[in-house]
Amino acid sequence: MAHEAPSEADAAGAENFERILAKDSRVEPKDWMPDAYRRSLVRQISQHAHSEIIGMQPEANWITRAPSLKRKSILMAKVQDEAGHGLYLYSAAETLGTSRDEMMDALVQGTARYSSIFNYPTVTWADMGAIGWMVDGAAICNQVPLCRASYGPYGRAMVRVCKEESFHQRQGFEILLELANGTPEQRAMAQDAVNRWYAPSLMMFGPPDDDSPNSKQSMAWNIKRFSNDELRNRFVGMLVEQVKVLGLTLPDDEVRFNEDTKKWEHGPLDWEEFKEVLAGRGPCNAQRLERRRSAHEDGAWVREAASAYAEKQAAEHAQKVAA
Amino acid sequence: MSPQESTESTTPAPGEGGHRWPLWEVFVRSSRGLSHVHAGSLHAPDAAMALRNARDLYTRRNEGVSIWVVPSDAIAASDPDAKGAFFESPQGKDYRHATYYTKSEGVKHL
Repeated sequence: MAHEAPSEADAAGAENFERILAKDSRVEPKDWMPDAYRRSLVRQISQHAHSEIIGMQPEANWITRAPSLKRKSILMAKVQDEAGHGLYLYSAAETLGTSRDEMMDALVQGTARYSSIFNYPTVTWADMGAIGWMVDGAAICNQVPLCRASYGPYGRAMVRVCKEESFHQRQGFEILLELANGTPEQRAMAQDAVNRWYAPSLMMFGPPDDDSPNSKQSMAWNIKRFSNDELRNRFVGMLVEQVKVLGLTLPDDEVRFNEDTKKWEHGPLDWEEFKEVLAGRGPCNAQRLERRRSAHEDGAWVREAASAYAEKQAAEHAQKVAA
Repeated sequence: MSPQESTESTTPAPGEGGHRWPLWEVFVRSSRGLSHVHAGSLHAPDAAMALRNARDLYTRRNEGVSIWVVPSDAIAASDPDAKGAFFESPQGKDYRHATYYTKSEGVKHL
């Protein structure tokens, strides 16, 4: 196809696509769109979906050991939300013509990526607080502008996700606040969790702008609205104020507001570590994938039984209609 | 407009690596007196499971009092490329709107 002149329909489609972007309107599933736009969206949305699905694991780790029935109920609701977010996003990606099975297979086979943050272990209860406050906080910063992404189904999924994320962030903040006002041991546990999750959560915004190959195109397509560094700086500014309420500190001596640029700045981040984790060599990569794989395989009989039951019901119904 | 076209979804054909369960479109009525509104889609083996899954997926926070599920491939949709020809007729028919009639301005209760 690449060698042929574009057909009349393609040319008209391309013109319409550019018009939609210029008006900052939305592209819908049946509209003509460039192949690269479609591919880029499938990559971004499915990675996002995988992150939600894998993201259930670090928190599910603490459901059985939550300190009270209330906290256990909250944590279960939150993990259930993450599953829901994954499903909204898989549906959005499917409208681009990639099947659910293809995406699931890519995840289980380890060929798909997901957010590097979920490859870090959750070693104490305070991690549930730090994840809610910082990891979900970073996710919200990232996702609010995505509600205006040029691809309609992605934007709509993000609206739904964002509404639910604010509960996640507040419950995390509350866990940390209670620990910070508890015994000296609890307070130390809260500070330790903040220390460990700070840098990984800042890296959730992706590599620095000068090392982010897809960002420019993604912004030209109105998918991304702000650069990685812009969002990261904004997020640091929010943390600075919020950590004061907690009475804790950020493990970064170089956080400051730059009066010249009017932007928040932070200390250096270990981008080598980021690349290692993304490449599959983080502390929990193997464990996370293995868990997902076995959950998928262990649940096969349920899916098969549901299919068999549906077929049987349909056959019985067909027979009744015929009789 | 061809009947096999669905609104939101490109349902993968069976046997082409597509999901074994069909895709359903979910419509939720948020409260009595309002219409059902499209909320999203999901996969399920049959209508009963689709309803249960829709409840878990789209009404975890009292978002609805009633749910419809419709097989995605049962939805007929207009062709977006034919938008001009298909929706053109109201163009230049301002007289269908109350705002077209300006001479009655200032007259009360009209």
